[in-house]
Amino acid sequence: MNLFNDTWHMAQRHIRALIRQPWWIAVTLVQPIIWLVLFGGLFTNMEKTPGWPAGVTFHEFIIPGVIVMTAFFSAGWGGMAMIDDLNRGIIDRFLVSPVTRSSITTGRLLSGFITIAIQSLIVLALGWIMGADYPGGPLGMLVLILIAGVVGFGFGAFSNGLALIIRKEESLIAMMQFLLLPLTFVAAAFIPLALAPNWIEAAAKFNPVNWAIEAGRSALLDGSPDWGLIATRTGLLLVFGALMAAFATRAFSSYQRTV
Amino acid sequence: MAERAIEANELSKRYGDDVQALDGISFSVEQGTVFGLLGPNGAGKSTTVKILTTLSHPTAGSASVMGFDVTSQAAEVRKQIGVVAQSSTADREATARENLRLQGQLYRMGGRDLEDRIDSLLDSFSLAADGDRIVRGFSGGMERRLTIAMALVHRPKVLFLDEPTTGLDPEVRAEMWEEISELASGEGMTILLTTHYLEEADMLAGNLAIVDQGRIVAEGTPDALKKELKGDAIQVGLGDSRDQAEVTAALGAVDGLSEIIIHERVLHARAEDGARSVPTILSALDAAGIAADTVTISRPSLDDVYLKYAGRTMEQAEKNQNEEVAA
Repeated sequence: MNLFNDTWHMAQRHIRALIRQPWWIAVTLVQPIIWLVLFGGLFTNMEKTPGWPAGVTFHEFIIPGVIVMTAFFSAGWGGMAMIDDLNRGIIDRFLVSPVTRSSITTGRLLSGFITIAIQSLIVLALGWIMGADYPGGPLGMLVLILIAGVVGFGFGAFSNGLALIIRKEESLIAMMQFLLLPLTFVAAAFIPLALAPNWIEAAAKFNPVNWAIEAGRSALLDGSPDWGLIATRTGLLLVFGALMAAFATRAFSSYQRTV
Repeated sequence: MAERAIEANELSKRYGDDVQALDGISFSVEQGTVFGLLGPNGAGKSTTVKILTTLSHPTAGSASVMGFDVTSQAAEVRKQIGVVAQSSTADREATARENLRLQGQLYRMGGRDLEDRIDSLLDSFSLAADGDRIVRGFSGGMERRLTIAMALVHRPKVLFLDEPTTGLDPEVRAEMWEEISELASGEGMTILLTTHYLEEADMLAGNLAIVDQGRIVAEGTPDALKKELKGDAIQVGLGDSRDQAEVTAALGAVDGLSEIIIHERVLHARAEDGARSVPTILSALDAAGIAADTVTISRPSLDDVYLKYAGRTMEQAEKNQNEEVAA
């Protein structure tokens, strides 16, 4: 019970900061908009490639990928705020209080989830304005947003854990950059895996980003979504999230040992 | 058992293989008193505070706060203490009120009780008009006051102040001293403060321990510590100009008097016990026909105390420390 209350109180702090700087959401949307507009324009001819899913435009195809990647990127940078709080002694202030230790991380993840939901809705709206159709309907959109949220939880926990271990903004940027791009491209974000080289198709099976994109795409774009696939991928993502949460917890105790 | 607010027994802390931050520190603080840990940067003051506030675990030794062990009963200790860190730990993107509210929520406060407490704290720390302003726009002094108010939201029994005035300009520092003295005199709160300002320890702490290289080298009230030096400074204002030789000759028979210097009609000397020496000095001067107008006796400063126990001046100690860090 305390954990829920503490998480909510901690999350409010980040949500308030977000509301006070709404331009921040706009900045994080620059990248997805570039993907939608630029990639969408450049690669429309992909639709004519043999093996392209029938009845799906290139635009529609990349929307779930753009949403998942936006979630994954914004969560990936979550650790930066943690480093700032560490440097300013705010984490230590929390640690000398009776507040639940894990709420220091879960509060951030909850506010991250809310950010992701807002960003996802904006991308969905943009896609719709650009002519995309969502056969999955509101339920499909909801499932896609929840999946993006779970991805955000896992990578957010990872980023926070990493922040607690390396504690240098420059190093965190380097580490995340090293991870973000490969994970983005070893996934069915822009083309169906069937059209990708075999090694990418094989590697993508182990990529949480790809699990999310495949499940989210089925939920949003299939007239009759493949619930079996959605359930297994979401299950895998939850396992991934739990592992990352465990990692963040371990990172926290390792930080405390060095104080 | 509860009359001791803080007990530290042989606390040691090692970081890695070669950094011995604390090397067996023991002291105790009675409830309702102000205790000062005085020493140069790197002496181990902050490490001691980190252990007492449950942030860090001792490598050896034990400590308790309000009767609760800092390692095995950390959760209980946390409810008893308030901590003001060296630099401001307020959230600069939030308002003063929001900072205080979250701080109260960390201690599971809420509702009317919390809001009333926030109002009264804003009031007593002269922030009432700025409660809804974002902290980023605050002056250094305002942010410092907010940080202290935050540490008090949950009415802690023991307050830790780590270098409360470091980095503040003299005016704000004086303001802080007043604030801290007030805290100490009301409500019976126990305060432990660390400082490397001798003046600050002298002014605020009822008892103090001088820390050097992870050990306590002296402990007592500021006055008692200074008394141990057995050397009061005595100044006698003379009625008219006199020769150094003349005065030295006149005082030749006074016991325990040294460092006699005449400077601009003032006689400076050092006496083992100032109060006792003064009558003898005056009668010796009188016998020699030298008129005396005024007499002042001043106790040695904590500067002198530190020099005696640590074998170097505090300035020197900090310089060495900085060199070690740089190396």
